Parts: sequence; structure tokens; C-alpha cells
Amino acid sequence: MNTIVCIKRVPDSATRVMIASDGTSLDPAGVKYIVNPYDEFALEEAIRRKEEAGAGTVTVIALGPAAAAESLRQALAMGADAGVLLRCEGSHDSLVVARALADEIRGREFDLVLFGKQAIDDDNMQVPQMVAEFLELPCATVVVGLEIDDGQATAKREVEGGHEVLEFALPAVVSTQKGLNEPRYPSLKGIMAAKKKPLEEKDVSLQASNIELVSLEEPPAPAAGRIVGEGVEAIPDLVRALREEAGVL
Amino acid sequence: MANVLGYAEIRDGEAGKAAREVLGAAHGLAAALGGEAHAVVVGGPGVREGAASLSGFAAARIFVGQDASLQLQQPDVAAAAIARLVESGDYAAVLFPATAQGKDLGPRVAARLGRGLATEITSLEASGGTIVARRPMYAGKAIATLRFSDGPALMSIRANGFAPVELDTGGAVEDIEVNAADARVRVTGLEQGDRDQVDVGEANIVVSGGRGMQGPEHWHLLEALVAALGDEAALGASRAVVDAGWRPHGEQVGQTGKTVSPNLYFAVGVSGAIQHLAGMRTAKVIVAINRDADAPIFGVADYGLVGDVFEVLPPLAAAIREARGEG
Repeated sequence: MNTIVCIKRVPDSATRVMIASDGTSLDPAGVKYIVNPYDEFALEEAIRRKEEAGAGTVTVIALGPAAAAESLRQALAMGADAGVLLRCEGSHDSLVVARALADEIRGREFDLVLFGKQAIDDDNMQVPQMVAEFLELPCATVVVGLEIDDGQATAKREVEGGHEVLEFALPAVVSTQKGLNEPRYPSLKGIMAAKKKPLEEKDVSLQASNIELVSLEEPPAPAAGRIVGEGVEAIPDLVRALREEAGVL
Repeated sequence: MANVLGYAEIRDGEAGKAAREVLGAAHGLAAALGGEAHAVVVGGPGVREGAASLSGFAAARIFVGQDASLQLQQPDVAAAAIARLVESGDYAAVLFPATAQGKDLGPRVAARLGRGLATEITSLEASGGTIVARRPMYAGKAIATLRFSDGPALMSIRANGFAPVELDTGGAVEDIEVNAADARVRVTGLEQGDRDQVDVGEANIVVSGGRGMQGPEHWHLLEALVAALGDEAALGASRAVVDAGWRPHGEQVGQTGKTVSPNLYFAVGVSGAIQHLAGMRTAKVIVAINRDADAPIFGVADYGLVGDVFEVLPPLAAAIREARGEG
């Protein structure tokens, strides 16, 4: 089985966000970048299936700045076979990103396209479904269980208070959620091997979508809270505050 | 072109909170644009009856695609039907709920229409016909302002961000075409949890437990607090608790769990790691209960109570039950 995994380079969740002077982007100074955590479930799934089958390929595609090559190297170190960087600057609306990814994927030979369910920077949760629409393929999102047998897939997807079970034929697009597997760390051997694996880079230019990012601001600082008191004695004051000040009881 | 379409999610045959909030947001935006709020519903037998109630929540027209094959949500069939309705109508905007279903469906519709989609909107306005929306990004560490240059403006709205509007329009139900052949995936089952409880992602009140609860056997104390807070309250959990296997992942609040913005959030025995704060900092009122007065959670809490959770929880649940009983 041949799998394509799409990954994104994102700021680490522990990063302190500083808005750049243009007012629409992050100041990259001091920001640590990582492979989007949800994408690691997608990578692990693809690599594990290839290892178990003893056949097939795992191709990783990233769209982003030149530095996103580091993220691809990391995926290659985990066990992917080849990387493709679609190089472009700036942040872009999901629709145009999905179009560029679909254009790259179309024409390749694959059984499965995997994504993380969402990126932790824009939290959009859109690109997998949009790529599937552009490629006219079945799509299951937020998947925590995936069984494939003879070109037919059964996926378990997380919804409020439970799971949906979906059936579809391959090729298909699946977005992965925590719970699907436990992603591995790259081994030293994997890191060495990754240096020799093919990594293709090409420039892409994206059109604008109909959504314009006007500004990015820091959220208003939360109003200073207060400690109501200590222990059981403070309960009446807490309940009174919730009822009378906050009006939430 | 000034009408606004809201996707009304039907669960268990009823147009619930998510549907009403979408219609509330659609009504507000339509009023600013000089148009009407319309609802679209897609589902199995009985969905028409559930949808009819939306005329009491500002929907001037209610479009229903009902088919026996849609007893379970079929995303491709729904996406195709909604996209056809949007193309045949005159819509300035289309709103989805930021629920599991809405977030799966919205991008499918957007791609079919060739339009962008703004996710998890928390506020919305229209001036001079231009629609401007705001939403949190980077896990709530930044607020983005987005402008739609060209319609229809597609968005999903965050739970608890917009209030339902009780307004009887007398709006009638109109049937739209659904085509089961549009299905590329087939939803064949829905495995519901054994708890008849509102989901943590949508609840108006959330009670989250952290490592300070010391073990799953103490969760009955949190369940008692949830029960005291009423039907709109749900349990949440920190990542540490989920990773330890004390609680299911569906309850996890934070970076790798759910993002919640309830009106009232209790963090009980939760230290307040940055990954947890990412999932709940937009709650309107935050209460922290923790033995450690230096826990970072007190830095974001509106009200803090320093104390032993095992001593505090039972009398707190009793006091809240009493207070709500009076009100």
C-alpha cells in the first residue's frame, strides 16, 4: 500500500506568541517549531502499515517555508521514504493550501492520504476534507481506529459522546486523532538514514482566497482574579460571588 | 444578496442548542445585512418535525432534505445538498456549528463552493455589507480578525459564542432534494457512550478534574458537583488524568483534547499547564480549586479557593444545589 502523509510545521504549543510588526503574523524570533502533533499520528499509521505489510511506500508532503524541510527530515527519520516540500512564504487560507496539496497529490499513485485532524496554529480542521473534495475521494475525519482489508476501510471517528463507524473504499483521505496509535521517536539509525533519503523541493505560488486576515492581536488580559478564601469556610463566599457578581449560578 | 443560511444540526430528532445558536447568529447577521435567517436540515425520517421547531428560533424559511437513507449522518450527501441550496439561493453567508458534525461538513461544502471557511468564530459583524468575523488562533493566544472579500461568507461558530433568539417567524418547512448516490463514505454505526450527558465541548458549565483528584475512584465527587449544577453541566479532564487512563479521551480539555468556552468552568485539582489553559482560557468565568496556592491555574481563575478538594467538594455541591434551588 502506498501512503501519502501531509504534515505542517507549526510553533510549539509552549511558545509565547508575539505578534509581528505587520500586525498579521507571528514574530518568528525565539519561536520553536515542531511537526504538528496530530500529524505524528498520521505518520506513525503510515509507517506502521508499511512495516506490517513489508511493502509499499510512505511519501510525506509539506507546504511551507524553506525551513519546513526540517519537518520533512524528521518524518523521514521516523521511517517515511521520500519527502516533497511545496515551498511558499506566509500563512494561507486552508482552501488555497488544500488546492495546492490536491494538485501535488493528483497524478501520484496512492491508496491512502493521511493528515493530522488539525494544525495547532490555526486550528482550522479543514484541509483534509477540502483535499478529499478536490480529489473526489472518500474522507473520514478525526479517526481513532482504522481497519483496512482488501481495499475496503472501516474507520471509527470521534464525535460528541461517542464514535461514528464509517465504511469506504480506497483510495481515500483520512485525518487522524490522538488514540489511533502511539507515535514513535526517530531512532539514531533512522536519523542517519534520513539524510540519504530523497527530498524534493519546489516553489508553489498560491492565489488569495476570499478570506483576508485583517489583523492578529493579543487577547485582552484576563481581569485579575481573586482568591475567595481557604477551605470549607470559603464556600459561602464563593457561591455568593458566582451568583451575585458573576451571575452564572 | 443578504440572507444568511444556518446549518441546523439535528440530534436525536431534535434541533438542540447547536442548531439554535447557529440560527441566533444567522439572525443577528441577517438583521445587520437587511435579510432573513434561513435554516437547512438534512436527516432521516422524522427530521422534518424536528426542524419545524426552528421557526420559533428566527428561521424565516426551513429547508429540509429528508431521506430514509439518512438515519445516520451521511456527510457527503449533506454537503452536496447544502452546496446545491447555497448555489441556487442568494446567500451572503452560511453558518455551521463548530461541532464534530459541523467541522466535518463545513469544509466539504466550502470546497464544493470554492470558498474559504472561517472556523470557530466568536464574534461577527457586518458594516456596509462587508462581513467581518473574529476568532481565536494559536490556542487562544491571539485573536484574528477576518474579512470576507466576496460571498458567500462561510463560517463555523463556536459553542456558547452566540445566543439563541426566541422569535416566532411562522416560517414554513420546504423540501430540498437529497441524493443518496452522493455518498463516498457510508456511516454505518453510531456508538454512544453509556452516559446521558451533554458533551464537554458544548456544555454551558464544565467541571474538570486534574491529578489533584488522586485517582478515578474519587470522580463521584465531581459527578456530584456536575449533578448539582444541572443538565447543562458536563465533566472534563486534564491531559494527565486522561494519559493515566483515569478518564476517557473524549473528556480531555486542552491542546490535544477539546477547546471549550462555557459560561462557567471549574478546574478542580488541575495545576494549569499551558496545554490545559489552551483549551479553556476563553471560558467566561473560571473557578479554581486547588490545595497549592501557587498553582498556575489561579493566574487565570476569576475565583480561587485554596483547599483540599476532598473536603471542599461535598459541601460545595450541597451549597450550589441549595443556591440553585432558591433561584
